[in-house]
Amino acid sequence: PQQLDVIQKLSAHRGKVWSVNWHPSGKVFASCGEDKTIRIYNQEKDAWVMQAVLSDGHTRTIRDIAFSNCGMFLASASFDATVSIWDKKAGTYECNSTLEGHENEVKSVAWSVSGQFLATCSRDKSVWIWDITANCEEFDCAAVLNLHTQDVKKVVWHPLEDILASSSYDNTIKIYKEDPSDNDWTCTATLTSHSSTVWGITFDKTGKRIASCSDDCTVKIWQQYEVGNAEGISTPDNEPVWKCVCTLSGFHDRSIYDISWCKLTGLIATACGDDHIRIFKEADNSTKNEPIFDLETKILAHKQDVNAVKWNPVIPGLLLSTSDDGDIKIWKFNNL
Amino acid sequence: MELENINPNIFKKSDERPVSESEKNENTVDPIDSREVFDLIRNINDPEHPLTLEELHVLEESRVEVDNEKSFIRILFTPTIPHCSMATLIGLSIRVKLLRSLPPRFKISVQITPGTHSSENAINKQLADKERISASLENSTLLEVVNQCIARSNR
Repeated sequence: PQQLDVIQKLSAHRGKVWSVNWHPSGKVFASCGEDKTIRIYNQEKDAWVMQAVLSDGHTRTIRDIAFSNCGMFLASASFDATVSIWDKKAGTYECNSTLEGHENEVKSVAWSVSGQFLATCSRDKSVWIWDITANCEEFDCAAVLNLHTQDVKKVVWHPLEDILASSSYDNTIKIYKEDPSDNDWTCTATLTSHSSTVWGITFDKTGKRIASCSDDCTVKIWQQYEVGNAEGISTPDNEPVWKCVCTLSGFHDRSIYDISWCKLTGLIATACGDDHIRIFKEADNSTKNEPIFDLETKILAHKQDVNAVKWNPVIPGLLLSTSDDGDIKIWKFNNL
Repeated sequence: MELENINPNIFKKSDERPVSESEKNENTVDPIDSREVFDLIRNINDPEHPLTLEELHVLEESRVEVDNEKSFIRILFTPTIPHCSMATLIGLSIRVKLLRSLPPRFKISVQITPGTHSSENAINKQLADKERISASLENSTLLEVVNQCIARSNR
């Protein structure tokens, strides 16, 4: 076998498949795309089988989807400027809320680890944080953050705390948290080093590192330094600072659209516009302040751009990818 | 609407491409070349004038680069004036025409000829952003304008 073997190919979508995401159980995933549908897949014996098609939620491309950490809800973000919340209370997924507020295309959606917040971002340059009431019955706007100067491509929550990261066409990444004294959300850090659009960001399992991928064809690793850090790195506003400690350049030939840092294995996977998936592993002689990542494998994964990669949250080495070619592929990484 | 460039320079169109005997043979492999790609886009209309992008020298065959082996195509286009507000629309029209005409294996890059537009970098970045391109093609008003520009090239 190769280092990365394809287990199954699913070709149900028409047109670009923009995104895919796992249910927290690791036994279900959802995909979305240009055909304005969401498709839900279940594991049945040895195969992944399409269980549902949700086609009445949006009037334009569905760009992103995410399951809540409780596993009961699914959020979808669309170019039609809305976010739909689907729940499975009645056994099948039903759209029970539509969140309006963004002026145009919503590009990414993410649930916070506590289940308290939902984050969305848009071409309107804003990041919205929605406060969720019990059982996801209501979503109140907790903050509209207009700190990026261009469209915001991705929002991702910290794996352990309600801290948010966003990345943008303005080449930067921003970190936000809530001030508990007045419930105001503020930007605590701006990460600058990429020279073009930052398409994707992903935290490691500790939340102390971020990996980002960009139109500049590089991947960057960012390390958090807390107030009073041993390295003596100054933290001017009494907030942790983030430093770019590693740049992986020369590996990718075109824009990198997505990146996934496995919380189980520490492996980093990238989705690239050159139709390849690449997998990086931290080297044995890597250090906190000067990390070293080696390219473990590179594989021609699809017939067109790879748009998304996602590691399974429960099964080590299981990876999903989606592409402009209309396919979803499930991969197994063998060298764990 | 007021025209930005009232008296553009007009150039002669290329002759029709002669079809060779080997091209008529269905059994020979016929790689896509720069003249073929140029033929796909040279009759796209300028949004402001009843003239083609070829007649305005916005497009020239020498600025069409085709790498069949790497499935890569780069088009450089030259706006008629350095502040042309239509440059993004022209680039989008070229991109859309090629997306509709070429096999999907091709990676297509549409950029402004270096040094010929005041917002060159911003326009190039926008034309390279496939998410923005996809979203704009779902905008029916914009799509109609693009379709008008490329309609004549389809004949």
